[in-house]
Order: sequence, then C-alpha cells, then structure tokens
Amino acid sequence: MTAMPQRGAEGFLHRFEGLRPRLPGARLPWLEALRDGAAAAFRAQGFPTRRIEAWKYTDLRAVADAGFDEPLTILDDGLALPPAHGAARAVLVDGRFRPDLSSLADAGFTVEGLAPALPAQEGRLGALARPEQEPLTALNTMLFEDGLVITVPAGLAGGLLDILSLATESERPAAFHPRHLIRLEKGASLTLIESATGPAEARYLHNPVFEIEVEEGATLVHARLQQEGRHAFQLSTVYARVAAGGTYDNFTLNAGGRLVRNEIHVTLAGPKAACHMNGAQLLGQGQHADTTTFLEHAAPDCASRQTYKTVLAGKSRGVFQGKILVRRAAQRTDGYQMNQALLLSPDAEMDSKPQLEIYADDVKCSHGATVGELDAEQLFYLRTRGIPEVQARSMLVEAFLTEAVEGITDPIARGILETAIAGCWEGQTEKAA
Amino acid sequence: MLKIEGLTAEVDGKEILKGVDLEIPTGELHAIMGPNGSGKSTLSYVLAGREGYEVTGGSVTFNGRDLLAMEPEERAAAGLFLAFQYPVELPGVGNATFLRTALNAIRRARGESDLDAMQFLKLARQRLKELHMPEEMLKRGVNVGFSGGEKKRNEVLQMALLQPRFAVLDETDSGLDIDALRIVADGVNALRGPEFSALVITHYQRLLEYIVPDRVHVLMGGRIVRSGGPELAQELEASGYASVQAA
Repeated sequence: MTAMPQRGAEGFLHRFEGLRPRLPGARLPWLEALRDGAAAAFRAQGFPTRRIEAWKYTDLRAVADAGFDEPLTILDDGLALPPAHGAARAVLVDGRFRPDLSSLADAGFTVEGLAPALPAQEGRLGALARPEQEPLTALNTMLFEDGLVITVPAGLAGGLLDILSLATESERPAAFHPRHLIRLEKGASLTLIESATGPAEARYLHNPVFEIEVEEGATLVHARLQQEGRHAFQLSTVYARVAAGGTYDNFTLNAGGRLVRNEIHVTLAGPKAACHMNGAQLLGQGQHADTTTFLEHAAPDCASRQTYKTVLAGKSRGVFQGKILVRRAAQRTDGYQMNQALLLSPDAEMDSKPQLEIYADDVKCSHGATVGELDAEQLFYLRTRGIPEVQARSMLVEAFLTEAVEGITDPIARGILETAIAGCWEGQTEKAA
Repeated sequence: MLKIEGLTAEVDGKEILKGVDLEIPTGELHAIMGPNGSGKSTLSYVLAGREGYEVTGGSVTFNGRDLLAMEPEERAAAGLFLAFQYPVELPGVGNATFLRTALNAIRRARGESDLDAMQFLKLARQRLKELHMPEEMLKRGVNVGFSGGEKKRNEVLQMALLQPRFAVLDETDSGLDIDALRIVADGVNALRGPEFSALVITHYQRLLEYIVPDRVHVLMGGRIVRSGGPELAQELEASGYASVQAA
C-alpha cells in the first residue's frame, strides 16, 4: 500500500528531504549547496501565485494541488517511439536519458546523460539558471535527476539533433524535472528539434530547465514541439546567453498539455548577437498556455525579433507576456516584438502584456499586439471560389500562423514545424467538427 | 440560366433592392448599368450569398435550382462566379495554393479528380500566358501588394481557371487603364460561348466597347427601370442617367 503523495510545495520539499542523500551527485559539495539553496528559495517562495506580476495570468493551483510521485518507468517495456526527424536522436523517458533508445553514433559531438556527467559540471550547471528568482527553476534544481549535456566543439557544424521527451507513467500523477545543459563553442552550429509528448489521459508534470550558452559566432536553432498529453502540465524555463556575433533562434509550438508555461530568458551579452523568438500556440477546449519572454539587450548592435501567434478554440486561454530590457550599454539595439491572437470561439480568452524597458538612447524598439477573429470578408472570398467553409477556415488559420514560422532560418526545421502545425491544426478542426 | 423575380433585399435594415426582375438565358451576356447607390453591388453580393445581405422577398433560380437556398461554396460548385469589385487580400495564403485549392474544390463538386501540383502548374501557366500575366503572380500572397489592375487581372485568372457557367463581374473595369481593360475583356470574351452566361455590372459604357453585351439593363433605386440592346449603353453615355429617370 502506498500513501497518497503530499500536495503543494510542502509535498515537493518533503520529497526532496527524503531523496536528498540518494539524488545524483549527492556527494558533490557544490551541487549539494546548489540544491540546498534552491530548496531554501522554494521553501520561502512556494508555488508562485497570481499576486506575483510574472504569474498574473497563470494560476498554478492545479499543479500545486495535484500531489505528484516520482515516475516509476518500466525499463523493458516495448516503447513505441515516433519516427525521428534526422539521423541523431537523444531519447528521454520520464525525464531520464535513455542511451539504449538513442542513436547518437553519427552526432560528431558530445551528447551525454547529465547524471553520470555531473562531477564535470561544476560552474556550468547553474551558471545561467536563477532558482532564487524563478520558483519553478528552484523546484527543478532541487529535484532534477537527469537531463542532457550537449557540447558542440568550436567550428563544428553539428547538423540536426532530435530530442524526444516521452512520458510513460499513466497510473499515478508523476513529476519529472530534467535539466539540460547545452553549449555551442565558438563558430559552432546546431539545430535541435525537441519533441515532448505523453499518454493522452495521463496527469504528469514535466518541468524542464535549459541552460544554453551560445559562444562567439555560434548559431543554435532550438525548435520545441510541445505536444504533451491533454491532461499534462508542462512548465519549462529556458535560459540562454548569446556571445558576440552569435545567434539563438527559439521556436516553440504549444499544442498539447492542459496547463503550459513556456518561459524564456535570453541575454544578448556580446556585440552583434541576435535572437529570434517565435512561437505558435494552438489551444482547444480546456487548455491554458502561457508564453513569457524576457529579452535582455546587454551589448551594442544586437538585434532581436519576436513573433508569437495564438489560435484559441473552445474554452481556452492564452497568455503572452514579453519584456524587452535594453541596458545602457546596448546602443543601436534593434528590437521588435509582435504577438497576435485569433479567437475562434466566444469562450476563448487571450491576455497579452508587452513591456519595453529602455536605458540606452540610440535604440530602435517596437512592439505590437492584436486580438481578433477570422475575417468574414476573407472567409466569404474563399467560399465564393468553391472552398468549403471548414477548409476555408483552416486555410486562414494556417495563413495566420505562417508569419511565426517564416522567422525560422533553418529550412529543415521550418519544414518540420510546418508539418507539426498542420497536423495539430487538423486535429483541432476534427475535434471542433 | 438565371432568373431573378421580384427580388427584394436589405443591408443593415435598409432596403436596397426593391423588386428586381431579370432573366439571363444560357449563352447570353447582359450588362447592368446604373448610378452609384442604385444597388448594383448589393445585387452581386446577394447572388454570391454574402452574409449581411438579407433577402426579404422574391426568388432567384439558377439552372432550375433555388440559388438563395445554397451556401456560397455550393453556388460556386454549381458554376457561379463573382469577380469582386474589391478583391480581398489574403496575407499568408499563396496565390498558387489558393487557386489550386479552389480549382480542386470545384472539380470535386463536379465529380472530377484533383489536379496535382504539376498538372495545376501546367494549366495555370497556360492561362497566365493567355492573359498576359507574369508567372510571378502565382508566388505572391493572394492579392497582397497587388496594384488595382493586378487584382482585377487575378480575378479574371481565377475565372479562367474555374471555368464557371455564369459569371458576375462587379465593376471589374474600375481602376483599370486601357491595356488592362483589354486584357480583362479578352479574358471574358474567351469564355463566351453557347454554355456560358454573364452579368457585367458597370458604371461606365467604356467596358462595353470591348465586351459587347446582348442586353443592357438600367438599375436605379433598386429596380430595373429600362432594358434594351447594346445601343442603350451609348445612349446612357450621351445623355446620362437623369434622362432615364425622366422617361
């Protein structure tokens, strides 16, 4: 007989106390200090409430009240893996790296599980994450067991790497908190296609934290396809730091999950660094998705572009919060942010909060937000050409999403995303019909 | 082909069409002329089935079917085509995708098989050539960034691809220079034949020099007030609509 897991922040802290001596890297003093510090921060803050500005539109009570256990992954279960996009793939099951399911022989760079590699991560793990600021990062830091460490050496074109994150636990609510460390050394490049999915009916929490370093002149394209089960929670936090002349492109598709937060912190730390942050959120009945971005321009001559598109059907809620901070040193910053929402149902709701904070004087920065419905005139025009209404609607929705995808510079990644979006959207229309 | 009887319609609670009677037999091309505000565009939108244009009385029969009971896409599948006075821009929808989707929707409704991308491209290139339009028009977003003349030519291109049995051209001549006007007229004339009918709505007589109608009707105050042969258009050009009202 198993006892019901304790709920709320207390439950997670209780579990941390119990697991503490057995967590990976438990004997590494620096890591022990990091975990204890995170636990202290989480104890002090608890789960964020809507009284906190950064969480004004997203209520985590459903997560806090759930009461999660550790996942009990059955190892020799014949897992059905979806087809890979490229030759190299790293597979995580319930947050744990599975070399047996991965195919990394051709990768040409290092991809390893975090747990065995922990002794070598002093100074790297925790370099960018801020557990004292973000409670979910504190939770991750306290309890992470595994994740990926990806290092692309200087000058290497790493090609395409698939990351598949699979949840399998379907008996009891389970929580996993993988920590991923990604570093592209000088002039290296890599395209990451990360897919997260799980059983349709399972209630689980996937709480990943990414620490990403893009060194001078390196380029990382990071496409994230969030297609978790419809009862899942995914709360993810990305920290990226881009050095001079480097580029970080993040595209996130939010299509699955019941309650989803996609929080991205990017610092453009050296001159002429660039960042594109794009995303599409496709939400249906009962879904809530929140994209929150913090873009810090800390150096001169950097450019950033953000385009987020949300399509809301049924009773669903979308959130976009985007802050651009331009430091005094960041002269000749070129910043642009646009977020647009399409409401397909009278029960859907969109909240958006763009924010600019500028301390430099020679700066070009703009932002915009729109919320609207499908254009009746466009719909009529398509129908007069013989296109049935349902098909005309999906054509207009796909057209609405196009702009977000157009920002993806990597053509292979863009193709994969377009296919994923079309698939999700078709799924949504079938459900609506 | 098309028979309109006692058609009344209102927009925003205001009666615009006040009893239109009009019959266009198969194989004929008729023109409707009239001053601004006479109900010309309302008539074209009612025929195409636009929301907000409420039919309050009368009937429209299209090849023996009740046109007003059909959805806009069903009307298109039955062979009706409206060339818009103000073609709509569709950012993010490629013109080629749009044209192929429309063509295949109509082919499906006719019980024909879909054209694949290559078959479609071959057909589209041929039509573009006939209309003196650059192939580049296929690559752009539908009507996005098109000049007024390009938008009108894009309407004619759609018509040439969809091969309707009945076309309504709503002021397709407005905003066109003389060269574009000729191209548009050639496009319409190419479709003319014993199985094709059309209703050309225009404010000016100019277009009718290139597309010679079988009959001309004058729409004023929501009614057809006069009908005649192609010479009626010239008469209107000479003496204006005021003379018609007096008659």
